[in-house]
Amino acid sequence: MPGQRVDPAAPEVDLGRPWRLHPQVALRDEPFGALAYHYGNRRLIFLRSPDLVRLVRSLERFDSADAALAAVSPPQRAAYRAALARLAASGMLDAG
Amino acid sequence: MPARAPGSALRDELARGLDAPICLTWELTYACNLACIHCLSSSGRRDPAELSTAEAMALVDELASMQVFYVNVGGGEPLLRPDFFELLEYAVSHQVGVKFSTNGTRLDRAKAARLAAMDYVDVQVSLDGATAEVNDAVRGQGSYRAARRAMEHLADAGFEGFKLSVVVTRHNVSQLDQLEALAGQYGAQLRLTRLRPSGRGAASWAELHPSRSQQHDLYRWLRDRPWVLTGDSFFHLSALGEPLEGLNLCGAGRVVCLVDPVGDVYACPFVIHEQFRAGNVRGPGGFTGVWRSSALFRSLREPTSGGACTSCGSYDACRGGCMAAKFFTGLPLDGPDPECVHGHGEAGLSDRDRPAPAADHSVRVPVRLSARA
Ligand code: SF4
Ligand code: SF4
Repeated sequence: MPGQRVDPAAPEVDLGRPWRLHPQVALRDEPFGALAYHYGNRRLIFLRSPDLVRLVRSLERFDSADAALAAVSPPQRAAYRAALARLAASGMLDAG
Repeated sequence: MPARAPGSALRDELARGLDAPICLTWELTYACNLACIHCLSSSGRRDPAELSTAEAMALVDELASMQVFYVNVGGGEPLLRPDFFELLEYAVSHQVGVKFSTNGTRLDRAKAARLAAMDYVDVQVSLDGATAEVNDAVRGQGSYRAARRAMEHLADAGFEGFKLSVVVTRHNVSQLDQLEALAGQYGAQLRLTRLRPSGRGAASWAELHPSRSQQHDLYRWLRDRPWVLTGDSFFHLSALGEPLEGLNLCGAGRVVCLVDPVGDVYACPFVIHEQFRAGNVRGPGGFTGVWRSSALFRSLREPTSGGACTSCGSYDACRGGCMAAKFFTGLPLDGPDPECVHGHGEAGLSDRDRPAPAADHSVRVPVRLSARA
């Protein structure tokens, strides 16, 4: 069974620039959040909160990932920031 | 940690089942030109009731609408289906990616080039030994050469990162380094899976499955190589220490299932048996109806008891192991795996009352009167 690991350490990714869901990635909504599958690199990743899924889907409407993060409640922001950085580093997000 | 690998809360959620499978195996045909002694589906002869091209395409439509991202296509030998490429193209053009397993015998230069030109297709060439001697003892004479030739064709065609897929046995476990090097030689990735006593494997398992000390070696080998793919199949070894990569969960009927060549839906590719058949895709509700509302799958999504495993300190890591392995060795489903790393499964193993695999599609070989076995 799949479930590839995204490197737990938040990698260095510039979230000050625009990001969006990679065009080859499909999201399947699930009670826990969503499954994200990248048809290109065949990675399957669990997005483990509906809020994170909303955030990921909202990225394309913002000039930068940081701007999208402004909508996340401050105590949660660091965790979601790290999650976006990991998604970007694993190719799930595309620099827009 | 919202995008990390699954932890135990997510694992509990997955155990309650999802609206669509994550890991669906679809066996296209029971026809096979080899007769591996551990074949999980006892393949050999095509079943006359196999899904037609139109029925197979209708299933792809259903999977696409359920957002099943990809299917693991196997058999039998999928390349023996005359409509194989037609189905492959149909699936990928409907956003259902295909990872297919082949014995390589029919994978010639032209087919390799055709596969290399397609997006969303992954190929797994099966090989069960780094040497012809070890491989052919399990997969049959000449199968080693055929698989090597197929890998050569794939590499020549520029198919990058295809998989060399190995079922780990007592005889090849000492060849893992060689197998990894062999994969590297073709730009392929090594994929190891666990031998289960399913199909013809019911009869060969006792002689082929790795010994207890080999399992320990295997655990360490895998721990040091998180890049080696395993399809999450060795999670019973996670009881030895730090868990291996993956979900560490028996997904049967929860996130895993099998659609067999005649459209029967089973809880997992390794439990082709009446008791684990949930329905058929030809039924009125189609595959979706079976997946979402069959009585069997609903019951598999109920919380389970750990049985004799409950008192084990490793239960959270291993959860009693593989249901199929227990079932076909005659062990209670809520107790330890036959290969329990603490040895708790072995005690219960006996030759009596082991369930027979359901349909046997093996080619009946006429008895040969010969002095040599
Ligand atoms: S029965 Fe075994 S092979 Fe099937 S899903 Fe469960 S653990 Fe995996
Ligand atoms: S006793 Fe059960 S839970 Fe513990 S290691 Fe053995 S199979 Fe796994």
